[in-house]
Amino acid sequence: MKVVVDFDLCESNAVCMEIAPEVFEVRDDDFLYVLDENPAEGLHDKVRDAADRCPKQAITLEG
Amino acid sequence: MSDNGAPRIVIVGASLAGVHAAQAIRRSGADAEIVLIGDEADHPYDRPPLSKQYLGGDWDAEKLLLRPSKDPDALGVEWRLGTDAVGLDLEARTVRTLSMDDGPDEVGFDGLVIATGARARRLPDTDGLSDVHVVRSKADADRLRAAVADRGGPIAVIGAGFIGGEVAATFRSAGHDVTMIEAAEAPLTRVLDAEAGMMIAERHRVEGVEVRLGVGVDGFEIDDHGDHQHVRGVRLADGSTVEARTVVVGIGAIPNTEWLGGSGLEIDNGVRADATCLAAPGVVVAGDVANWDHPRYGRPMRVEQWDNGVDQGGYAGRRILADLAGEPIDPFDPVPWFWSDQYDWKIQFAGIAGRGREIIHGDPAEGRFAQLYLDEGGAPCGLLAVNRPRHAIKGRQFLTSAASADEIRDALA
Repeated sequence: MKVVVDFDLCESNAVCMEIAPEVFEVRDDDFLYVLDENPAEGLHDKVRDAADRCPKQAITLEG
Repeated sequence: MSDNGAPRIVIVGASLAGVHAAQAIRRSGADAEIVLIGDEADHPYDRPPLSKQYLGGDWDAEKLLLRPSKDPDALGVEWRLGTDAVGLDLEARTVRTLSMDDGPDEVGFDGLVIATGARARRLPDTDGLSDVHVVRSKADADRLRAAVADRGGPIAVIGAGFIGGEVAATFRSAGHDVTMIEAAEAPLTRVLDAEAGMMIAERHRVEGVEVRLGVGVDGFEIDDHGDHQHVRGVRLADGSTVEARTVVVGIGAIPNTEWLGGSGLEIDNGVRADATCLAAPGVVVAGDVANWDHPRYGRPMRVEQWDNGVDQGGYAGRRILADLAGEPIDPFDPVPWFWSDQYDWKIQFAGIAGRGREIIHGDPAEGRFAQLYLDEGGAPCGLLAVNRPRHAIKGRQFLTSAASADEIRDALA
């Protein structure tokens, strides 16, 4: 699984960070950082949930 | 049952909650046939942009589509779009439908998910007035966009809730003259507190929106052209008139439960359900139409929020599978969360408002702050964040784990 964020859509709502903090982090500058673009299998359910819950549908999962 | 013996799950309502229910069932790997019934002809789309990017013309219809709509076959459901559910027979386990193209039909189910949402509340006696709009569906937004392109402003927005505020911000940002009218003394008093509501009102005033608070609407000034009528203005209860060529009404929503009349389900501000969203054996509710016993708050709650549509939709999918398998499931016990974008303000709110409140971070005058709400016993119950997304989300986590006010103050100062 590869995590791709469309930063034109992302508005740093930080929902993804709540669900999968191992992969997503919104920092003090209010920008989202993807900490792990190829998360381990154990994280896939969380990352899928994060993609679903993104209010901007800015997270795409490939593969 | 379907032909191969797998249970058939019928989901009524093909918007956010219904789609996520279907997705959760598919992801579980369960062998089930899914029929997804939706009244609109379009594949499911996302509603929040209807009052923002789509209304403003920045987004096209393609961009609105929910992800499963981009590859509808991949969801693994039988789509029945353009189809109204018109009745439910719990004993016979059937949903009666009426399709635009195929007429009446009956669909049998083993499990049923009710996710029929809510519709915009309208002002009385405005049915024949084409200049008076609501914003709930893509068709509504299309009509409003076309009307404003055709007739222009000034625009009156009735109701200063989230829809009203976002519509006012969108049109004001596009350069139109906008008046926002609210019957309460401040915007959003039912969701936030009056002071926070006034901060938002002030944000609109700074942008040049005329904000009229504490005054109701009496009626409309009409130009009668014989075969059609045009609005010229909005008459207010204080005797004044607001000039307007286009009017947008955002005064709340009504759950779509009429089709369930006589079904035996309890209808009270939506469909009543237990703490696991079960309304009857084999019948689960989700989204704007669901009024379930919320464990955390100890009372029935109906939540008209995007995130709840996703969350409760997914839960409903798992819930119905557990019911069919005779397995237990934890109750549905979320801390609600929503956002609203108005101008450069990203407003986020987690939990519910309480009487006590304090600013724990930032300064409202600078448009970046977090405010904590406390319930009657002094325990944290809500967190408002403006342009502080991390605070909103961390606040939600703290509320979920029932953290103390001091813990929250220390972490989010």
